[in-house]
Amino acid sequence: MKDKKVHGGKTILISFLAALILTIIPLPPLLQIVRPEFITIVLIYWCIALPTRIGVGIGWLSGLVLDVLTDTLLGQHALTLAIIAFLSIKFHQQIRVFPVWQQAITIFVLVAFQATITLWIKGLLSEAPSFTTIMLPAISTALFWPPGYFLMRQIRRNYHIN
Amino acid sequence: MTLDHRTTYVNNIRAGIALLVYPLQYVVNFPGNVGEWASDSFSSRRTLQEDNTALRTQNLILTAQLQKLNFIEAENIHLRNLLESSERAGERILISELLSVDMDPFKQQVTINKGFASGDDIYTGQPFVDAKGIMGKLNHISALSSTAILITDPGHALPIQVNRNGLRAIAKGTGNQNRLEIPHLPNNADIKVGDLLVTSGLGCIFPVGYPAAVVVEINIDPSLPFAEVLAEPVADLYRSREVLLVWPGGKAKPNPDAPCQIESNPAKQQEKKAS
Repeated sequence: MKDKKVHGGKTILISFLAALILTIIPLPPLLQIVRPEFITIVLIYWCIALPTRIGVGIGWLSGLVLDVLTDTLLGQHALTLAIIAFLSIKFHQQIRVFPVWQQAITIFVLVAFQATITLWIKGLLSEAPSFTTIMLPAISTALFWPPGYFLMRQIRRNYHIN
Repeated sequence: MTLDHRTTYVNNIRAGIALLVYPLQYVVNFPGNVGEWASDSFSSRRTLQEDNTALRTQNLILTAQLQKLNFIEAENIHLRNLLESSERAGERILISELLSVDMDPFKQQVTINKGFASGDDIYTGQPFVDAKGIMGKLNHISALSSTAILITDPGHALPIQVNRNGLRAIAKGTGNQNRLEIPHLPNNADIKVGDLLVTSGLGCIFPVGYPAAVVVEINIDPSLPFAEVLAEPVADLYRSREVLLVWPGGKAKPNPDAPCQIESNPAKQQEKKAS
């Protein structure tokens, strides 16, 4: 039992690292602003799949790493991802039984909420971008949720992580 | 978050995490490096010869221009001595490479491959340029890499002067990739489309005299107190792979709280006091 847990931990870590890499991989400037929030997808998936193992702490840590990678204010992503993790654990039993398209809508709402908090923080620093540009990732993340979800579920089943 | 915004206490934490995630940046940057290496290794003999000829010609021209520069520099120092103003020491520069990684899309930033562990005593706020003009300044230094803010970032302002007549102003970033705005210039200010803006060196963070931008648009609306002046950066902010870090006027790091103090020479100050 214990062995399995350690094994699963590695897979989860690798999925987070892959999401981090996807977040900083260079894209043309036009695509940059619609880049899906890969970290949020991975975090929400693990939160609703394994709510007892992945939670606010992991969300906060991954957000901190993301803050350093993107050189934003230290704690901005940490705060938003911790809140996302909290919400998705809170509602994991509902989200789990939704069909995928309804899950995508839930993801849209969550990411839009995340973007709103980011907008507030950036507003306090007086570097706020326009509301529409900051909402674009919410749409692209919702569109990316179905393939992301099936991929992650396949990984989880292949490696028997639970 | 407040600590990070207002103070520098958490910079060490940031640098620590940055060291941990450097492998990720390296991995992301790797395909670009391989591509560059491949195009270097497989370029044909003819291309190399052509490059060589072109570089030789360019080198000859630059050397010829440099002959005169040495003389002018000596003359400048001599004249400045006569005027009893401080000398402008030669600037030290260091070549560094950009890592091809993306960051926050709402800020204009880049990552470079030098950090405090590379032994070059680079510092926060250090300016860097490319072959054409000023690009920005370093923001956060970690062990192996550093992040830098470009002059087009909406949170960045650069002290400049018009090269033609010495009119001083501030060039603010707009967040747009190739626009700077120059606020607070009166409607009758002597500035024209096509004017070259160079750094003025005021504020002592940027070295004096590097080209920064060219004025591309002036809108004068009599109902507004100030003219709307837009300029385009001369540096290839989004195409350069290599940048030059500059130590303005000497070798030591300036004091981050009062960068101008490095220029005052204690011996000269005493002389002034005595006289």
